Amino acid sequence: MERIPILKMGEFLLVTIQVDMHDRLAMTLQEDLMTKIAANGARGVLIDISSLEMVDSFIGRMIGQTAAMSRVLDAQTVVVGMQPAVAITLVELGLALEGVRTALTVEKGMDLLRACVESRMEDVTDDGHEG
Amino acid sequence: MTDNRLPAIVKEFQSDILAEWVKEQTQPGAIRPGLIRESELRSQCEEFLNLLTQAAQRGNVSDVTRSEFSAVRDMIDRTSRTRAELGFSSAETALFILSLKRPLFGRLRKQLERDPNTLFQEVWSATELIDRLALLSTEAYQRGRETVISRQQSEMLELSTPVVKLWDGVLALPLIGTLDSNRTQVVMETLLQRVVETGSEIVIIDITGVPTVDTLVAQHLLKTISAARLMGVECIISGIRPQIAQTIVHLGVALGEVTTKANLADAFKLALRKRGLGISRSNTPSA
Repeated sequence: MERIPILKMGEFLLVTIQVDMHDRLAMTLQEDLMTKIAANGARGVLIDISSLEMVDSFIGRMIGQTAAMSRVLDAQTVVVGMQPAVAITLVELGLALEGVRTALTVEKGMDLLRACVESRMEDVTDDGHEG
Repeated sequence: MTDNRLPAIVKEFQSDILAEWVKEQTQPGAIRPGLIRESELRSQCEEFLNLLTQAAQRGNVSDVTRSEFSAVRDMIDRTSRTRAELGFSSAETALFILSLKRPLFGRLRKQLERDPNTLFQEVWSATELIDRLALLSTEAYQRGRETVISRQQSEMLELSTPVVKLWDGVLALPLIGTLDSNRTQVVMETLLQRVVETGSEIVIIDITGVPTVDTLVAQHLLKTISAARLMGVECIISGIRPQIAQTIVHLGVALGEVTTKANLADAFKLALRKRGLGISRSNTPSA
């Protein structure tokens, strides 16, 4: 059965979706991703969907849910490289993916992810000083 | 069915009728001066009379949908469409056909003076014929106008959505006119396409030229902003006039977390600051 590879880069996980997503593949990816986050203690997930040219409401919701689940596991999610047509479709479907961070390219997404994680670390240190 | 005298009479007195008809149309008050030259009008009238005579001789004058009249119908269609594009009013276009009545009836009366019954019948069939043709001309005129309108609409749609680059990574989208759903679609597509091309991170949507912002327009704006956000682009709305700020609040429109600025300059300054840039006065003023 085909799977989407999840690459580990330090404390981040990198997922590049390069095939058309179907529902089963999306659910497998979600499961794999959660397992990996928990196993590696990852702090951030970067999902590159620049090759994704079509979405339906299921895939759209799946992306939103994945971000929410990662947050529960204390990992930030950034979705990068969304195509204009995909963005318009999602908005028309009423899935604005509130709460998911987005960036235009993998590079910018990586910067954003680092910034997020660092700011969270600082929060922790600040709390430590106060306590 | 009585023998129809109309074709024969038109054929016999064609030049008289033509002269009177042209006179009818060129008299003051019929058509605004300057729309069409008299020579052109005369040639149109002549062509029409010729075609009409041919058609009437071959067929029944009471039914203009028959194939004998196809040449007449084509001619009416063509002239009416041209007139629509030249700026004739619908009345002026219909008058082209309708003004044929007076010369034609006059001629009929002269020829059939001694036989009121036939005269009445001929006048009636001629009226019917001319009215039908005038209706055809009005329809063609309307179709012509509709083509013009739809072409202008699509041109306007394309013209009205420029996306300008203000700085590296900063785009501006000056919106002018009302936002309906068709336009929002075009605006969204153009904007997102330009975002991909330029790799921009900040878009300033300037709504100085949007006359009113009601709930629907606000919804369209927010849709565009959501789509941009999905691609990792931040939007700033600028150019909100005081009245519009009041309407937005009165209507209870929630702009959410979108940053808004009163004018484009402030929005641009904010955009630069977000990119870690700034504008400062140089110490050595240029001469």
